[in-house]
Amino acid sequence: MDKMLIVSANPHIRSKASVTKIMHMVNLSLIPALFMSYYYFGFKAIFLTLVSVVTAVVTEAGIQKFRKVAVTVSDGSAILTGILLAFNVPPYIPWWIVMLGSFFAIAIAKQAFGGLGFNIFNPALVGRAFMLASWPVEMTSNKFWASPVASFGAKTGPTMDAISSATPLNLVKTALKADPTQETVKIISDAGVSYWDLFVGNVSGCIGETSFLALLIGVIFLMILGYVNWRVPVFYIGSVYLFTWAMGYDPTFHILAGGLALGAFYMATDMVTSPISNKGNIIFAIGLAFFTVAIRIWGGYPEGVSYSILLMNTVVPLINKFTVPKKFGYVKPVKS
Amino acid sequence: MKYTFKGGYHPPDGKEFSEKKSIEKMPLPKIVAIHLHQHIGAPSKAIVAIGDEVKVGQPLSEAGGFVSIPVHASISGKVKAIAKITDAGGSKSNAVIIESDEKDEMFEGVGVKVDYSNFSADEIKKKIAAAGVAGMGGARFPTHVKLSPPANKKIDYIILNGVECEPYLTADDRLMQESPDTIIEGLKLMMKTVDAPNGIIGIEKNKPDSIKVMRDKTSAIDNVSVIELEVKYPQGGEKQLIYAAIKKEVPSGGLPMDVGVVVSNVGTASAVYDAVALNKPFYERVVSVTGESINDPKNVLARIGTPSSELIEFAGGVKEDVYKILNGGPMMGAAMYEMNAPVHKGTSGILCLSKENAKVYTEQPCISCGKCVTVCPLNLLPTDIQLNVQHGKYEEAEKLGLMDCMKCGTCAYVCPSKRNLVHYFSIGQAKINEMKRDAK
Ligand code: SF4
Ligand code: SF4
Repeated sequence: MDKMLIVSANPHIRSKASVTKIMHMVNLSLIPALFMSYYYFGFKAIFLTLVSVVTAVVTEAGIQKFRKVAVTVSDGSAILTGILLAFNVPPYIPWWIVMLGSFFAIAIAKQAFGGLGFNIFNPALVGRAFMLASWPVEMTSNKFWASPVASFGAKTGPTMDAISSATPLNLVKTALKADPTQETVKIISDAGVSYWDLFVGNVSGCIGETSFLALLIGVIFLMILGYVNWRVPVFYIGSVYLFTWAMGYDPTFHILAGGLALGAFYMATDMVTSPISNKGNIIFAIGLAFFTVAIRIWGGYPEGVSYSILLMNTVVPLINKFTVPKKFGYVKPVKS
Repeated sequence: MKYTFKGGYHPPDGKEFSEKKSIEKMPLPKIVAIHLHQHIGAPSKAIVAIGDEVKVGQPLSEAGGFVSIPVHASISGKVKAIAKITDAGGSKSNAVIIESDEKDEMFEGVGVKVDYSNFSADEIKKKIAAAGVAGMGGARFPTHVKLSPPANKKIDYIILNGVECEPYLTADDRLMQESPDTIIEGLKLMMKTVDAPNGIIGIEKNKPDSIKVMRDKTSAIDNVSVIELEVKYPQGGEKQLIYAAIKKEVPSGGLPMDVGVVVSNVGTASAVYDAVALNKPFYERVVSVTGESINDPKNVLARIGTPSSELIEFAGGVKEDVYKILNGGPMMGAAMYEMNAPVHKGTSGILCLSKENAKVYTEQPCISCGKCVTVCPLNLLPTDIQLNVQHGKYEEAEKLGLMDCMKCGTCAYVCPSKRNLVHYFSIGQAKINEMKRDAK
């Protein structure tokens, strides 16, 4: 037989899993959230997401071409960064800010570190931090937030000055500052917001973060596929509930409001920037909850999810170091 | 109660190709190449010379130390050469080449029934050693050495490994169904040598026929039990099997005897019986010749030293799409450079895989998904160990358990980035061994 046989190390068969498949499934799982953002904020939400995704993909391809390395945009990870970045901006922010943010996320937070797998920080969150630092007004001013469109299809989208309104977190924080004895439920219901609204996403907020429900559907899909370590969201959200409850705040409000769902389901679970072992992930999640609550309650910002994730990203190597699993048949070294 | 271990993964097992095929005797090979060193330990020393006439079962060599065993002629004929021949693992070493006289004449006393009921433990062990019996599951450790624990190690269990968790392979499965009695007798003999009060036969649940046969055959024996193990790779790893059966962890760097166990493959047990009761040395074994790229998958009884190509031919030859041919299973077997590599004592399968199935991937960067960590049966951090080896930080890798790794390949199997983890572990382990040798 003159056929060339192939020789390589074992194992000789491999599973069908691939990075590309994982990334595309994560992208797919964000469709319900994207749909809800369109439902509540109109076409602008889709448009900004598109701007962000296209910028991310073009930036990644461009840099890889320039560095003369393989172009890997088809692995779906740049698309994911694009979507997540757009999900973190207010609906009425000028599109060019999103474009610059997306460029920054890919160029600096991802490619400058060496590309997928080598980045320390979640690229989308670095992009967000960059936008927040450079255009604080556009990123936080009430002018750029919007109340959801009243009903689907009735309008093509609200005009900017008509429906701008503060996010529930901002509202509650301001109100409690003025009078700490007020009940959170009362504050939001005075503003026409119920827990249910918070759950489905019928509130003002960043494009993709408002609907706990849509994000939950997405993450459950990913957990079933085994792409998300359930410990992170469960311990993160669970601890936020516990901490806020222990401190006398409204825990239900705190888990439903703001970007906690998006952060806990999609940003903190980013494989590259989270710890590797289960134990490490639990510690990571509890740390996230601690900083999130601390920023929300004592910090200068109403929301603390993205900063706490970035903060905890920096200690991941440390967590990994201290959570090396005990190997099978471990024997204590004998002291000599 | 579930008998299993923590971690692991069940790849598609491909047993359907050959699990229903009865063991067929191979036609006699015209020529065989029998390596002098086909076990773990010191090579054996040739005692025949070119031109000698040899008969089946005649010793060709003598042990080169305690941890060593002889090899035997597997056909009758003339010693044509003693030369360096490439083995299944790709390295060259001395082999005795015998040309057949096609008479298949037995060496004196070989195959003659012996009354072994009064044999002492030492006599049994001597017989096993003289017959050249080594672990048939793949590791090929001389069996008599395993059965000679130091006096302070009490052996409570002999566990027979009938797990066969490697995908595709069905040799043990068939053997358990077709000659259960010799396996059980072999087990009893082994129990006698180390005075072990209990025997356990572990079989994966996906072999219901074998489980049934072995259960029926052992039902009357008080101290031998059959356990059904969960279907998961690497359930047949020595440490995993012991853990599943008696819930004890073999200490890192230790041996099964440290927890009072000797593990042996079912095939080996059968070879032990042959050696003691039939005075028959280890010169043939059951091999699964299978895979999607072979025309007529089979289980065959082949003489040691038969060129793999003859087994492949006997099984209808390879298909067009053949890509890799392995000696052993797809998870831990060795890819062969040439189809002629002779069958050795550890050859449990000759596997022909297609490109579709055995594709070689380009590595992508690790995305820290942790899948490898979840499946590692030894609870190691495969990705960290690999990166340390890659960057030359061998000591760091060793601290993380590099030397514990049994290269089972489960981590590399599940890795979405298709990292060649095992490849690096081999490099790292070799490097550490080298460093240890140099330090001495
Ligand atoms: S090859 Fe080594 S590191 Fe990988 S799963 Fe097996 S024992 Fe663990
Ligand atoms: S499975 Fe592969 S990609 Fe995932 S952590 Fe392990 S080595 Fe990295």
